[in-house]
Amino acid sequence: MDTLLTLFGDPNVWLPITFAVLMGASILIYVVLDGFDLGVGILFPFAQPDEKDRMIASIGPFWDANETWLVLAIGLLLVAFPAAHGTILTALYLPVAIMLIGLILRGVAFEFRVKAPPRFKPHWDTVFWLGSLLTALSQGFMLGLYILGLAGDAISLGFALLTAVFLAAGYAFIGAAWLIMKAEGDLQAKAVRWAKRGLVGVVGGMAAISLASPLASPRIFQKWFAFPEIVLLAPMPIMAAVLIVVLWLALRHLPDSRDRWSFVPFVGAIALFILAFAGLAYSFYPFVVPDQLTIYEAASAPESLLIILIGTVFVLPAIIGYTALSYTVFRGKARELTYS
Amino acid sequence: METLLLSRIQFGANISFHILFPTITIALGWVLLFFKLRFNATGEERWMDAYRFWVKVFALSFALGVVSGITMSFQFGTNWPGFMERVGNIAGPLLAYEVLTAFFLEAVFLGIMLFGFSRVPGWLHTLATFLVAFGTTMSAFWILVLNSWMHTPVGFELRDGVAHATDWFAIIFNPSMPYRLTHMLIASGLTVSFLIAGLSAFRLLLGDRDKSVRTALKTGVVLAAMLIPVQIFVGDLHGLNTLEYQPQKVAAMEGNWETRGNVPLLLFALPDEEARENRFEIGVPNGASLILKHHADGVVPGLNDFVAEDGTPMHPPVSPVFWSFRIMVGTGLAMLALSWGSAFLLWRNRRNADALEPRQTLNPWVLRGFVAMTFSGWLATLSGWYTTEIGRQPWLVNGVLTTAEAVANVPAPMVLSTLIAYLATYAALLAIYIGVLFYLASRAARPGRELRPPQKAPATPIAVPAE
Ligand code: HDD
Ligand code: HEM
Ligand code: HEM
Repeated sequence: MDTLLTLFGDPNVWLPITFAVLMGASILIYVVLDGFDLGVGILFPFAQPDEKDRMIASIGPFWDANETWLVLAIGLLLVAFPAAHGTILTALYLPVAIMLIGLILRGVAFEFRVKAPPRFKPHWDTVFWLGSLLTALSQGFMLGLYILGLAGDAISLGFALLTAVFLAAGYAFIGAAWLIMKAEGDLQAKAVRWAKRGLVGVVGGMAAISLASPLASPRIFQKWFAFPEIVLLAPMPIMAAVLIVVLWLALRHLPDSRDRWSFVPFVGAIALFILAFAGLAYSFYPFVVPDQLTIYEAASAPESLLIILIGTVFVLPAIIGYTALSYTVFRGKARELTYS
Repeated sequence: METLLLSRIQFGANISFHILFPTITIALGWVLLFFKLRFNATGEERWMDAYRFWVKVFALSFALGVVSGITMSFQFGTNWPGFMERVGNIAGPLLAYEVLTAFFLEAVFLGIMLFGFSRVPGWLHTLATFLVAFGTTMSAFWILVLNSWMHTPVGFELRDGVAHATDWFAIIFNPSMPYRLTHMLIASGLTVSFLIAGLSAFRLLLGDRDKSVRTALKTGVVLAAMLIPVQIFVGDLHGLNTLEYQPQKVAAMEGNWETRGNVPLLLFALPDEEARENRFEIGVPNGASLILKHHADGVVPGLNDFVAEDGTPMHPPVSPVFWSFRIMVGTGLAMLALSWGSAFLLWRNRRNADALEPRQTLNPWVLRGFVAMTFSGWLATLSGWYTTEIGRQPWLVNGVLTTAEAVANVPAPMVLSTLIAYLATYAALLAIYIGVLFYLASRAARPGRELRPPQKAPATPIAVPAE
């Protein structure tokens, strides 16, 4: 144990960093994966009944596993940074509760829309939409509050409302991009239109957050605009701008006749999400509670972190392996979902 | 009401709602595997038909288990931050192992199990079914390790009030874990066997001639008849283990105030904590002494031994523990009577079983009894958990951390508002869930009815979602 603990130097340094990376990775994976299935839910009211069935078919085998990344992320926060876990979750008490109710509603609507008597199906579709939207909005709201340092003043709340709308738009965007890849015909064409509108929301959201974060926190301002950081960071906004242009051009030419490029928006959307996330991560490191608590102060005992890490090293590759298996089994255009 | 009480009610409501669904999925996963393997072995359609019906119930229950489980994982932070701050070094790794080794496994393979039948080779589908069942059992294992450790904490040392692990083996195999895990897994098996028997009896009463219904009924009855005696035996062992480690809980379960011999087994009593005595006692002389100490004058601990110097009781509230224990045991005895009685009837009718009208498979009153007992497993499981958890009060981690120390200082009105929202959601979902189970059963019993699509569906629906 002791040799393992000091394997990479001071265990009070390398273990918190490792866990911050793991937690960041699972938040990012969650946002991308549940992002697309929440997005599909947000787009529900714009689709016809038969299109709704196909939209569900495209996410049915995945949504449960996608949400498990949220459980992992929150679990890692809980186990690796217990002090921060309490502070953050008690500060976000109400939006968390709203998000949970949203997740409950959409999760059960998945099942009830096809198992309850058929005459209730339209109602369950509404519940599915509402649950997805509530979840996305409350996650965006929490993001906004977090960026402004978990304060409860009017400005933070206003900003949080703004990020709520933008995150929902971002999810709708990646959801539409997923549908472009998984759908055919009318639905695919519709998804392209949805994606264009969603992209506008994404651009707005990234701009708003990029402006607000440095203004809200002198520390972040310092981190971004000091020399030489500003030079090293310059590629990030440039890459984002290029990506957005590429996405826009791609969307203008889709659906293409032989359906060879329908994967482009989804891949582009993932890249955009990664960039946005990297920007946030850079701004906040080394804090886990903005400007209050660093990952080093909040970390649990090294022995406990090590025990979890050992398990993770063995299990994570297996998880990635069978997740890949599942996406392979259900690859290609969404087909009818049946139990037999 | 103050935050502590509200947070406790909220946690209790959330976990009670959550546990309903894992209780079903843990054992139903294995039953589905059984159906599948029987089909693979015999090639008889009835096994596959049974599989197809029950996999719907499984999918539905799983979805509810997942969403309520996600709620659970936030509860520790939102309402009990003190829990993680003080014992997080132990609780954390156990919860992490549950996510890593169980949740991902079951969530990913669930997709293949439910929707992959026609896309993957048969062996892979059977393997996926196995891995889902295995995954649910693993999550029960890890979460029960944690819960048992909260009852019988060992393998750690306190440094500045914070628990640090010293021996992971001792933590995982803590003294009450084997009993609690076994008792819970069997509880899950019983819950599922009565669910299967209940819904199948309902279909038979509606005149369903499908062969798979009788097959399912028989599976449920035989499984229940096999499990219930084991459950009672394990429950008894569990109680003896509790007597050793948490005598105050057993004192509350028995409603025994003074430490003494020749303690009766109380069938009825109204424990009065003000007067510190029982009213309207009806009991079997020496019963509790016999059960707990195996001789009539065995000494059983009493509640009055667990009062602090200043008079504050350091034992759990007596009535809820006393009564929930009786509800569990009573339900268990009812399960014993019904499952053994009907297993005997099924055995007696075994020769002409196929010639019988559906309603005559068993005496219609016995069938109605099964319908009434459809959710008896839930009743026993919940009351068992109330015995266990309320019996641990005022401790959250026995002897280490009290519940009051762990609570968050979220304003009470905020907790009240979320509590009301959760309760309303849960009440609605529970009613709908039960309604849908009976709807699925009645639709299967009367094919052709209610199959019309809801609105003018397009002529060639490209994708019909699974049900
Ligand atoms: C179908 C469900 C079911 C049935 C029929 C029974 N139980 Fe049970 N019981 C549970 C389901 C359960 C449970 C929900 O699973 C509990 C809660 C915690 C645990 O491990 O099991 C429990 C707890 C529990 C405890 C509390 C132990 C503790 O936490 O300290 C005792 C002493 C018993 N049981 C004993 C019995 C006896 C003597 C039974 C005889 C009829 C019985 N149970 C039937
Ligand atoms: C297995 C993991 C479990 C853990 C880690 C756990 C943990 C806790 C915690 C933190 C509390 C709050 C403090 C308190 O009020 O005592 C609690 C209370 C409670 N739990 Fe559990 N619990 C578990 C399982 C269950 C299950 C399966 C049930 C089933 C119904 C349950 C029922 C309750 C109830 C009713 C209370 C409230 C008791 C009271 O306030 O008097 N618990 N438990
Ligand atoms: C004795 C108590 C408990 C048992 C036996 C149990 C068991 C299970 C099982 C078998 C599942 C799989 C999903 C399903 O079958 O419905 C599940 C889901 C879940 N449980 Fe529990 N659980 C218990 C208490 C808790 C507690 C206290 C927590 C909180 C930390 C929790 C968190 C979760 C989560 C997050 C999921 C969703 C997993 C997914 O995404 O697949 N459970 N639980």
